[in-house]
Amino acid sequence: MSELLLTLAVKSVLVVSVCMLMVAYLTLAERKILGFIQLRYGPNRVGYWGLLQPIADGIKAFLKEELTPANADRKVFLLAPIISIAAPMLLLVVIPFGDTVTLFGREFTLYLSNPDIGILFVLGISTLGSYGGVLGGWASGNKYGYIGGVRSTAMMVSYELSMAFAVICVVLLSNSLSLVDIVHSQAGVWNIFKAPVAFLIFLISGLAELNRTPFDMPEAEAELCCGYNVEYSSMKFALFFFGEYTHLFILGCLTTTLFLGGWHGPLLPGIIWFFIKTFAVIFLCIWQRATFPRLRWDFVMKLEWKFLLPLAIVNVLATGFIVAIF
Amino acid sequence: MKESDIIRVRKRQGEKEKYVAPLLKGLGYTMKKFWSKPKTIQYPDQKREVSERWRGLHELTRNEAGELNCVACGLCAAICPAMAIDLTPYEEEGGIRYPKEFVIDELRCIFCGYCEEVCPKGAIKLSKIYDYADFSREAFRFDIEKLKDARQFRFREKKARYQYLLG
Repeated sequence: MSELLLTLAVKSVLVVSVCMLMVAYLTLAERKILGFIQLRYGPNRVGYWGLLQPIADGIKAFLKEELTPANADRKVFLLAPIISIAAPMLLLVVIPFGDTVTLFGREFTLYLSNPDIGILFVLGISTLGSYGGVLGGWASGNKYGYIGGVRSTAMMVSYELSMAFAVICVVLLSNSLSLVDIVHSQAGVWNIFKAPVAFLIFLISGLAELNRTPFDMPEAEAELCCGYNVEYSSMKFALFFFGEYTHLFILGCLTTTLFLGGWHGPLLPGIIWFFIKTFAVIFLCIWQRATFPRLRWDFVMKLEWKFLLPLAIVNVLATGFIVAIF
Repeated sequence: MKESDIIRVRKRQGEKEKYVAPLLKGLGYTMKKFWSKPKTIQYPDQKREVSERWRGLHELTRNEAGELNCVACGLCAAICPAMAIDLTPYEEEGGIRYPKEFVIDELRCIFCGYCEEVCPKGAIKLSKIYDYADFSREAFRFDIEKLKDARQFRFREKKARYQYLLG
């Protein structure tokens, strides 16, 4: 029993610290990739090739003055950044990074837990993450923050639907809600080849859920000057920022798990394949950010309700039909 | 009224829906740029090559013996539109004429290059140095000693030791 607890504790610490380190370096990766695309270098002053930049940013965020607006709702104002970082970190629990490995004559699973309803857990908790933005915007007592929060709510309500429908396709194909079983079912053919439309819908609504650039309505710089986090400073702002990148990392992990075959791949060990695929998805997200302009607010809603949602429903029906016949 | 007379303002449905191909084209373009070399000049480490005719800080040229070519004729001070040049001539008995004081206020100067053009001896030149910086206004009043060698003011980044360690 104590051995089990010890293993679990060590694994949790390992997963959280390694993933958080990766997330910290995602900020650098994003700035570097955007820089290269715009014919710049990106950060390259702190450390060799700018490799100490995330640490310098962290120190800077800690040393900044912390302000709470006079007409802010203090408790909620404090709670919002915590929610926005805690929800995506919670999701690390169910991500299957690899299959079992044998170390010191003992078998270890490369995931923290494997609940039977893994994918439902993911959908539920990832929606909770949006509450960070909603509450933060509302509690700031600022009109821009308020509009950002309202938009965040609308995005959450609408894009969650098509995302869930895309996930249902995967569930139909693999006959299970557990993420590990979903990966096991993709040993032969990855789900992206079985359900390409679902993959596209999942990726687009995932980006919208993340509030990344073509859909970054809650923090549209040009209109809302920063959106829901406009009144936040110092480490509270950094938590929002960090939560957003953790969400991006989780999106990469989930896309890999659901559509790209998880840890399956030739030659290299499974966990390396998992991270290669994850970072490929993350690169795609950053790449499209550098390419596409932001959609207007009504177009974002139109895209979801008039295009993605009907498409997703038809897709689910068609997949169900095909699965039932064959 | 014929069909060809009608000017259609509203686009046809097919034309309106064409956005997938341009999006992919855009992605291809950014990917191409991702692999090309950055255009940035990393300023204190690298410097832009300026034109041969660049007009920067002034320099008083000297002959082989190391004496100033300037004969303190005062033409440069006369033509200077910003009245930035201040010089006092000095002449030994029957000997050569040279400037006793030659002060250029670099903050007043508009770097038009007239002084270089008007000088009969080619004694004043505009160098290519464009990034002189200092802390006081007085420091920008260049006297003969400062004007003798403009290259000493080329900006050199002094790196602290920890910066060498960090790269």
